[in-house]
Amino acid sequence: MQKVFPFFLEAAWITVLLSVLTTILGLILGIIGASARLSRFALLRFLGAAYVSVFRGTPALIQLFILYFGGPQIGIQLDAFEAGVIGLGINAGAYMTETMRGAIIAIDKGQIEAARTVGMSRGLTMRYVVLPQAMRLMIRPLGVNINAMIKATALVAAISVVELTYTAQRFIGSTYKPFEMFLIAGLLYMIIIYITGQAVAWLDRKARIT
Amino acid sequence: MTDQKPFVDIRHAKKSYGTLEVLKDINLQVQKGQIVAIIGPSGSGKSTLLRAINDLDPLTGGEVWLEDKQINKKLPHRQYEAHINQVRQEIGMVFQHFNLFPHLRVRENVTLAPKMLKGITDAEADKLAEEQLDKVGMLERIDHYPSQLSGGQKQRVAIARALAMNPKVMLFDEATSALDPELVEEVNLVMKKLAEEHMTMIIVTHEMSFAESVCDRVLFMDQGVVVEEGPPEVIFRNPTSDRTKEFLRKHLAGQHP
Ligand SMILES: Nc1ncnc2c1ncn2[C@@H]1O[C@H](COP(=O)(O)OP(=O)(O)OP(=O)(O)O)[C@@H](O)[C@H]1O
Ligand SMILES: [Mg+2]
Repeated sequence: MQKVFPFFLEAAWITVLLSVLTTILGLILGIIGASARLSRFALLRFLGAAYVSVFRGTPALIQLFILYFGGPQIGIQLDAFEAGVIGLGINAGAYMTETMRGAIIAIDKGQIEAARTVGMSRGLTMRYVVLPQAMRLMIRPLGVNINAMIKATALVAAISVVELTYTAQRFIGSTYKPFEMFLIAGLLYMIIIYITGQAVAWLDRKARIT
Repeated sequence: MTDQKPFVDIRHAKKSYGTLEVLKDINLQVQKGQIVAIIGPSGSGKSTLLRAINDLDPLTGGEVWLEDKQINKKLPHRQYEAHINQVRQEIGMVFQHFNLFPHLRVRENVTLAPKMLKGITDAEADKLAEEQLDKVGMLERIDHYPSQLSGGQKQRVAIARALAMNPKVMLFDEATSALDPELVEEVNLVMKKLAEEHMTMIIVTHEMSFAESVCDRVLFMDQGVVVEEGPPEVIFRNPTSDRTKEFLRKHLAGQHP
């Protein structure tokens, strides 16, 4: 039993790394996606909506399989970790697109009118009036997206990324203790998620308007 | 009326939402320094008319002019944006629900637009905020957030925010309707002060006594038309139209129209 711990810690680190990179990619794609969804141009709005429905409308596991196993057929060669980050990041981006868009459209129209009537442009209004308020509103729901995404990193075990779930499975063969192995993995996930949750709650408190 | 060219000139204003005609050929000329009240029952089109002046609710027909500039010009998107952002700087607007920016302190609420649009320095902005807030009696709350203010205080800050752009005209859309009765007077006093300074104002209001005491002219609107207009003593004391009489009778009896 003792000798599996270093492997679990290593695996936990891979899970954390996957989570962090996926979050960053998801946030970037979320910003792009939300901008497209709210664009003045119908084509961009359509592309944004298509992105969201495709990636929220299919299982993340299928998306990962297409990218990792199907990718080479169309000339995309990725190692398992890269495919994991990119696949999960694109998936998370679709959810974050909707979260960000939701927070932006939740801002009272009166705010926009007040800014526009003093002569501020659409861009200035967005930057100095809408976004500062929307960003505060989106912290918690983005936290929910990140929570779901951390749990979804378990899926990349299926494309053999040596993260927590894969490691637990791997040691069942030598230890014959599936209960303990999955329990350890579960606990480590819980710790990662707990710390992330605390960080989100802290950010949310800090951003609150007095 | 004098032969002077009107300052604000609304010509044949028409507005429809689908088949609903909200404004039916409205004409309104306001001279510089004049104060005009618009009264009328709910849904008569008062807000729509007021919001057409700065093109917040664009008309479907007719023209709006401020001095020698047409406000609702038909232009390609980019040019229209540049044009409207320019003319809106000259038209202050005060809303029923204040619409202060909750994430900014009172000071920044007042200085955001002047800083962005007029390129003033921080020191000039501070001076401007102090001047305008002093004018509305809100100087001591300069570092508060809107959520820390009463409704009347919020509305006074909103007026200061509009004044900070040094507008030529001020539009008020039921500025006191959302306030508790005891807070109405402090906002009315600020508006009276502006009247004494000869600010050109167009005021949509349900407060007849206030309209009577500060306005030069009153428009009574119903169902998208101006039914009657004239000096307040005539409209309030001696209206000719039955619709006006009916409205005033209900209103002065304390009923909502
Ligand atoms: N966006 C819109 N879409 C459809 N109808 C609208 C819209 N905005 C206003 N209306 C309609 O236009 C008419 C005039 O509305 P407006 O807000 O100008 O009335 P008002 O005189 O300001 O009323 P109140 O005293 O209640 O503020 C109403 O019948 C209203 O339902
Ligand atoms: Mg109205």
